[in-house]
Amino acid sequence: MGNILEIIGAVLVLLGSVFLFLGALGLVRMPDLYNRIQAGTKASTLGTFLTLFGLLLIIPEWWGKLVLLMTFILITNPVSSHVLARAAHYIKIPLTDKTVADLLNKEETTYKVNEEIKNE
Amino acid sequence: MVNTLLFISAIIILLAILLTFYRFIKGPTAPDRLVAFDVMTVSSLALIGLIAKFSSRIIYLDVAIVYGLLSFLGVIIVSRYFERGL
Amino acid sequence: MINLIIAIVIGVLILIMAIIAVHHKNIVVGIIAAGVVSLFASILYLLLAAPDVAMTEAAIGSGLSTIIFFYVLNKIKRQNG
Repeated sequence: MGNILEIIGAVLVLLGSVFLFLGALGLVRMPDLYNRIQAGTKASTLGTFLTLFGLLLIIPEWWGKLVLLMTFILITNPVSSHVLARAAHYIKIPLTDKTVADLLNKEETTYKVNEEIKNE
Repeated sequence: MVNTLLFISAIIILLAILLTFYRFIKGPTAPDRLVAFDVMTVSSLALIGLIAKFSSRIIYLDVAIVYGLLSFLGVIIVSRYFERGL
Repeated sequence: MINLIIAIVIGVLILIMAIIAVHHKNIVVGIIAAGVVSLFASILYLLLAAPDVAMTEAAIGSGLSTIIFFYVLNKIKRQNG
């Protein structure tokens, strides 16, 4: 029984590391700062969570610190990405050309939305 | 079996750290490099967990907790400096 | 074996990051690179089986020195402008 649990945990660790790799690949290939924040931070949060959960299945005696670490990552990583995106928008990092709506920038947004409604 | 899978996972995490490092070198603006810093530290937090498994010492997870706290603090400080000054 | 591979990769990354921290023009990027050097050095101390030194290095090198650098940078900017 313990052997099956260990193998499931190792597969979860492998899946988490693959998610971390895909997040890093998105960080390299995306065209824009905001897309990079989106791709990198979400995938790396899920990847680290899955890796630590797999370690929890492999070694069940370490549950205290592992659960604390998982909760900590699940709370702080979205907060840091949100703060970073807000600061980047505040100092006017340029958007990519394919952007449709920019809801923080009020005037341009209402103009674009009205035009779309007229066209339809 | 289990050890081989964990070995492969550690190699994949090292490759992910190398990719984020490429973004850190190339990134055109300072917030790009800050995003690379964030993803790099979270990936190396998973790597610290794997090192703790390889050495089978629970005290290494304490280092992981301090590490996560300080990387979060660094991102918050730098983006607050970007926004309105510390 | 795996410890040796991790140590070699992390060591090379520390070298390149220290060169960036010295030679980059933008000073904010230099401070971030110094923080990354300190965080990776803490992983290297962890591989050498010294978790207490790793904890201290992460706390002082990455947390405290980054805060002090940005505090001083903000004061210099406010005095000049």
